[in-house]
Amino acid sequence: MLTYILRRLLYSLVVLIAASFLVFTMVSAAGDPMSELRLNPLISEETLQRQAEEKHLNDPIPVRYVYWVKEAVTDKFGTPLFVNEPIWDDLKRVIPHTLALVLAAELISLLIGVSIGIYSAIKQYSVFDYAATTFSFLGFAMPVFWLALMLQIAVTNLFLAWHVRIFYTSGLSSPDPGTGLHWLLDRAQHLAIPVLVLCVLNMAVYSRFMRASLLEVVNTDYVRTARAKGLTEQRVTMRHAVRNALIPVVTLAALNFGALIGGAIITEQIFQLDGMGNYFIQNLFSQDVYPIMAWLMITAIAIIIFNLIADILYGVLDPRVRYD
Amino acid sequence: MTEQSLERDRTAFAGAAGANPAEVGASTDAALVHETGLEVEVRSQWTYARRRFMRHRLAVVSLVILIIIFTAGFTAPWIAPYSFEGYDINNLEVGPTLSGGHVFGTDLLGRDYFSRVLFGIRTSIHVAFIVTILAVAIGTAIGMVAGYYSRWADNLLMRFTDLILTLPALAVLLTAAAFLGHGSQYRVAVIVSLLLWTLLARIVRGQFLSLREKEYIDAAKAAGSGDLRIMFRHMLPNCMGPIVVFATLTLGGAILLESYLSYLGFGVQPPTPALGKLIADGQDVSSHDWWLVTFPGLTIVLIVLCINFVGDGLRDALDPTQRVRA
Repeated sequence: MLTYILRRLLYSLVVLIAASFLVFTMVSAAGDPMSELRLNPLISEETLQRQAEEKHLNDPIPVRYVYWVKEAVTDKFGTPLFVNEPIWDDLKRVIPHTLALVLAAELISLLIGVSIGIYSAIKQYSVFDYAATTFSFLGFAMPVFWLALMLQIAVTNLFLAWHVRIFYTSGLSSPDPGTGLHWLLDRAQHLAIPVLVLCVLNMAVYSRFMRASLLEVVNTDYVRTARAKGLTEQRVTMRHAVRNALIPVVTLAALNFGALIGGAIITEQIFQLDGMGNYFIQNLFSQDVYPIMAWLMITAIAIIIFNLIADILYGVLDPRVRYD
Repeated sequence: MTEQSLERDRTAFAGAAGANPAEVGASTDAALVHETGLEVEVRSQWTYARRRFMRHRLAVVSLVILIIIFTAGFTAPWIAPYSFEGYDINNLEVGPTLSGGHVFGTDLLGRDYFSRVLFGIRTSIHVAFIVTILAVAIGTAIGMVAGYYSRWADNLLMRFTDLILTLPALAVLLTAAAFLGHGSQYRVAVIVSLLLWTLLARIVRGQFLSLREKEYIDAAKAAGSGDLRIMFRHMLPNCMGPIVVFATLTLGGAILLESYLSYLGFGVQPPTPALGKLIADGQDVSSHDWWLVTFPGLTIVLIVLCINFVGDGLRDALDPTQRVRA
């Protein structure tokens, strides 16, 4: 088991290094990172030169890559072009916000999605099953931003009509959020709708996958054996079928993490949340490559960690997986 | 004739003739019918596929709806009641009405949203079709090479797709769009397609890996066929099912991705209307002019929903072995 984990860890490290190279070449090869700045008449040619020197922009890409990695490791991604505030200060602020949003959505959608999937599979072709199928097909076809906007319109109009504030549709917290439980309640009121938006999309994925996975397991020999032994239907499903059907869902949940971060880019933008997605879009508009590369690396690390956890969990859940 | 027996017959014929079973099955049937004088309707694999598809009612209905929407989109310049930029000063911010001529309402400038949505569909499916053609071409080519030659090409492909999975697709897409320049429909299409080919490459690779071991491939080799001929004449036609299904689903995915890009302002640039851009335009006044957000969005949902149903029907029709018991 320990060697298995160590080997996965090593492989993750290799993937991480490859990912960093991919990110760097992709962004650097795309064009001159200072093209926007060159258009600015207030910035003199000398300043541009000095900046290019400082960031080693005149060197070939592999050399620049080495400098960039060095800066990323020793100086926490350094600073953007022409702004003297460290990138890490911004990232440090926004990462917890996005993590709260994404983790809440992941947990809730896994819980509800898997439950819907199990019930759909048990009651195959029932009204509930058809309703769940319709719901997930809608979920697959719906652009996240549209769902977010429709909910925003609905909540805003409810407030305008009845003046009842249950959920907020903009920002992370009220101007005066209070402390302790009040702060928590205020934050929950702000995050509820964004989390719901991310959940709808994810629940569609998880429930369909869980349903298919369970239907496959139900037809296996060992489930028939369990039934033949005279176990109650509930025990057969919960103990024997569901446990095995859950195993591939773990991998899916880890793979889906990237899509969730993509969804967070959109929801944070619409609900004005000061998170990573918002930060990403802002820097895309200002065309600053350094924060973008830092952002891509942070998400790559997060996704790799999630995949690592999934791999290890897979080993724990499925005793048939061999570790050598 | 059941699927299994048909499959057995096909391989039997193929073994005898040492050629591609898909075509031999049909032509030998025809020859047999001719010799024995039995009047049996000739049925190719495609006939069976079409029948299976027609049995999937939801897919057929979806296909009809799609054809209507796509035709409307393609002919937008001729059938749209207004131009996409035309201002109707007497009808600013009119809600959707059936009587007044503005079915989807108008925006702050009095532009007819029904016409704008029609032109938006035109842009979106234009991009989506280019994306699908490119993604299918790239994915098939790379999957074929990886599956046929295996070893290093295969390893490279698998590691590369692993690598792509470590980055959120939308973020990569946005970065590429922001730095490589956005604007023209073709650029947006190329960028999107570069991200979508990997799944098909893996599917085609898997098919090729198993097809490579079949006897009829050995027979073709023994008959002196070159690698290219074997790949294109004997193996590729046997992967058409999954490829067609994938192409359909990619079309839907491409429409969604394009709407994300244009919504965030990194897609096709104005004045060309795109569905995502229309929603972004309506967003600022969304609390009272709800129709500006609702209708373009519903259009996207309807299109993608229908495409997914058609894809589902095609999967049942073309790829019966892959069928999930649903």
